[in-house]
Amino acid sequence: MKINKTSLSSISSLSQKRIAAEKRFRLYGLIGISIGLLMLIILIGTILSKGLNAFQQTFITIEIELIEAKLDKKGNRDLADIKKVTTFGYTPLIKKSFEVLISKENLVTDLSSKNVSKILSKSAASELRNFVLKDLNLIGQTVSFEFLTNSWIDGYLKGRVTRETIKNSKNVSPEQLDLVDQLVELGIIKKKFNLGFLLGSDASDMRPEAAGFGVSMVGSFYMMLVVLILSLPIGVAASIYLEEFAPRNWITDVIEVNISNLAAVPSIVFGILGLAVFINFMHLPQSAPFVGGMVLTLMTLPTIIISTRASLKSVPPSIRDAALGVGASRMQTVFHHVLPLAAPGILTGTIIGLAQALGETAPLLLIGMIGYIATNMPTGIIEGLASPNSAMPAQIYEWAKRSDPAFYERAWGGIIILLVFLITMNTVAVILRRRFERRW
Amino acid sequence: MYIRNLALATASSLLIASGGAVARDYVHVAGSSTVLPYASIVAEAFGENFDFPTPVVESGGSGAGRKRMCEGVGTNTTDIANSSSLMKEDEGAKCKTSIGEYTKVQIGYDGIVFASRLETKGFEDLAPAHIYLAISDKSEITNWKDVDPNFPDRNIKMFIPGTKHGTREVFDKKVMVAGCKKAGTHKYLMDSGLTKKEADKECMKVRTDGVSVDIDGDYTETLASIASNKEGIGVFGLSFLLNNTDTIYASKVNGIMPSTESIASGEYPISRPLQFYVKNAHIGQIPGLKEYIQFFVSDEIAGPDGPLAEYGLVSDPELAKTQAMVDGL
Repeated sequence: MKINKTSLSSISSLSQKRIAAEKRFRLYGLIGISIGLLMLIILIGTILSKGLNAFQQTFITIEIELIEAKLDKKGNRDLADIKKVTTFGYTPLIKKSFEVLISKENLVTDLSSKNVSKILSKSAASELRNFVLKDLNLIGQTVSFEFLTNSWIDGYLKGRVTRETIKNSKNVSPEQLDLVDQLVELGIIKKKFNLGFLLGSDASDMRPEAAGFGVSMVGSFYMMLVVLILSLPIGVAASIYLEEFAPRNWITDVIEVNISNLAAVPSIVFGILGLAVFINFMHLPQSAPFVGGMVLTLMTLPTIIISTRASLKSVPPSIRDAALGVGASRMQTVFHHVLPLAAPGILTGTIIGLAQALGETAPLLLIGMIGYIATNMPTGIIEGLASPNSAMPAQIYEWAKRSDPAFYERAWGGIIILLVFLITMNTVAVILRRRFERRW
Repeated sequence: MYIRNLALATASSLLIASGGAVARDYVHVAGSSTVLPYASIVAEAFGENFDFPTPVVESGGSGAGRKRMCEGVGTNTTDIANSSSLMKEDEGAKCKTSIGEYTKVQIGYDGIVFASRLETKGFEDLAPAHIYLAISDKSEITNWKDVDPNFPDRNIKMFIPGTKHGTREVFDKKVMVAGCKKAGTHKYLMDSGLTKKEADKECMKVRTDGVSVDIDGDYTETLASIASNKEGIGVFGLSFLLNNTDTIYASKVNGIMPSTESIASGEYPISRPLQFYVKNAHIGQIPGLKEYIQFFVSDEIAGPDGPLAEYGLVSDPELAKTQAMVDGL
């Protein structure tokens, strides 16, 4: 009979198999992680390479004579009269100033002054008008202005538009690019940091260069404010009751199961619910950030309740027993001892819930926060909550929908800003947890 | 105590918020995605030149926009429905019972064009009959060569607007039914005992085997579809074509090239009026509504030299009539 000998110095085939299996498993893990990392690098690389350009914009500096005969025919500086001159009345002034510029700098071009002035953004006339309305004393003087160039010229300076790609384009001609080349050399056309993108509002399809992200950021801010004000007290109250006071019976079990289910419901469902209840039934206004905030509250509540209950649960019973033992009421026990100890966990859960809500688009589609909306910067809290606005992800979606590549660039830029917010919020959540969480 | 205060504060802040929202001070527009760029250009200029806030313009399709306008009267309903198709009779009657009078304001014309990627040349001239033969539900052809031997040897793939779009209605009428008549199918159907209406309906049926794809989103989606399906032909509006001539080119239809001139003259066969419907009951109630409408049809906006024409709208030769009509509202 053969004895199956085992030895300490040589490895049996069975052990070899086990060791190999473990090696393979580690390798799978490594491959998994590297695929994940690679995707992350590709994602971030794409976002940065496509979006960073949105933070730069091409400007042109030009001297404009604010001719009194055109802007203030009566010459009495009456604001109401001057307001009657629409943006269309300012266009000839801009055209004229280009003629002056070309003759002053001896620029070579065959273009008519109408086509020359097309290198400017369509927003220039309205900028000029606003400027004049703010300071009527400027009328009659020659003032130096800095305007946006149109998005094709901007794309040309950024390399998005080349002479090759505009061959069939009706939006910009090679002659205009020739002129732009001369102006760039003179330093009259320059790329600069694009503050308008951070502070401005959406623009129509004719002037993507003037579109900004600022107003939708404000919209998102007000929505998050509503979500915070509503979901934190409701969520914490509900979890305290469920965790500390509610009797354990089938009713609380049903509630518990339903809360977990709600957390898994797709967000579009909350959007439809919001449309049906808040807008069609309660007749709240469409496109208002506070309605958006209420819809997102519905979505965030389960997340907050679940994380609050988990952190309440992690407070050891001995704390409660000790408090009750020295004569505290149950409410005193909760508010003096349990809640403060659970606070870091609750905050973390809330911040993560808010971050989720911040990036949510689907429910906003249904309550009218998508379209040409984010145009009026709100001036106060009430206006901020009630006047129509968009939100960051909704604005990104809206831009990505438009066909113009300049809007597309802005959509990527918006993604960068949104990601910065999300990463900041999540980092704060992690720091809070690390610093204040107590292990028992 | 703390909880009670918090609850009170929350409730009162919400009350204030909704109280401020009851009186709406901006114009609310919804509807056609074809009209959306024009409406947003006008809304932007309106906000700049008047002391009223910039109107809110949502999209979602002509039918959806009209439905929202017809929901009822009140500040939480839409004032204006942009529409690339005309309201149907029964739809109009139903709308009148719920909101009273409404007014149609025509802003200009738009052409419907067949376009494909620049790198896939080959369809210089299409006729409605070709399209009908290619995508009718009675057709089993899968190659353009079988439609017309002059066409390139290429699989048929068409991206047409979905049924909720106004563009589709015009496409059905001016391409499918017209092509059906040219191809003789319409006469055959009528001979076989169908009424004219039934025959029209039969002609509008599009095959469902994947050769023709309905696009429910806007033209950007159609553009993306022909970018990934390079052999495909998409249905676009003229203005979209004019702003994307660096990626797509349009086919002639019946030998006529689509352009603002050929559409204004009526030579180009597939065009349609663009308009918006406005709820009369809201005029005078919503600040800026009448001014917005007047501004929209003014010469400096909708005229042949205005920004809308520059974007691709074919301006209405009878704009003066519309202006007079709007002034009387």
